[in-house]
Amino acid sequence: MMSYATGDSLPELRVTPDAGLTKRYADASGDPNPIHFDEEFAKSVGLPGCILHGLYSMAQVARAHTDAADGDPRSLKRLEVQFRGMGFPEQEIVVTSTVKDVADGRIVTETVAAQGESRIIRNASAELELG
Amino acid sequence: MAIQTGAAGKRWDPVTFEVDADRISQYASAIGEENPVHHDAEAAKAAGFRDQVAPPMFAVVYSGPALGPAILDPEVGMNVATMVHGGQEFVWGEPVCAGDEITTEVTCQSIDERDGKGFYVFQSVSRNQDGQETVRGTWTDIVRGV
Repeated sequence: MMSYATGDSLPELRVTPDAGLTKRYADASGDPNPIHFDEEFAKSVGLPGCILHGLYSMAQVARAHTDAADGDPRSLKRLEVQFRGMGFPEQEIVVTSTVKDVADGRIVTETVAAQGESRIIRNASAELELG
Repeated sequence: MAIQTGAAGKRWDPVTFEVDADRISQYASAIGEENPVHHDAEAAKAAGFRDQVAPPMFAVVYSGPALGPAILDPEVGMNVATMVHGGQEFVWGEPVCAGDEITTEVTCQSIDERDGKGFYVFQSVSRNQDGQETVRGTWTDIVRGV
């Protein structure tokens, strides 16, 4: 198990959702809103195209954390995010987490998930238990 | 027009979700989670879980359905056409496994108006069949142009 100190970074997570991802995520998560997978509908309500589910992007932030704890789903104790810019399929998401605090085998991190210059999740705060 | 805030404090009837193994796998695959504990009961048991275990963010699958009646409640009065999901917090407890029955109760924590936007904050508390808390969620929805 890795040990972390304040100021360290967690391993960066990079993922590029393919064109069919938003439909698979909609089916798996139970979110039926067509703005995520129906291009024509999304444009009809003024969006540039299908947009990622915020909770999918949040799941990538969660995964960056459990990956840093050997994939143990029990390790993630808390995660808080704010959704800001829109995320899009077929663009790489880069999840970058910095350790802000270390105490009693737990770390507190601050995370940004970005597509290029666009930060789709910012000020995310997580608490992770390490071994 | 000022927004209605009278529903703050309101609590809705609990909603129960039955967790099945295929749904866990389907969700885990959609988010790119390949750890075998999310796809195979034996791998999960070998790692100390009761059964095939859900990734933490599977919380949206089993607690999300309980939010529907709250968001659509006329007493809350949200304009869902201009609603965006502004923020989310989860605090996790007991892991969720295939075969669990999770019951979620939702409360409207607050309704506020700032800068012409309505901020609707809901809290969900989910417990398994043994009464153990699995997740506590805080859901912030923002409605523009109120």
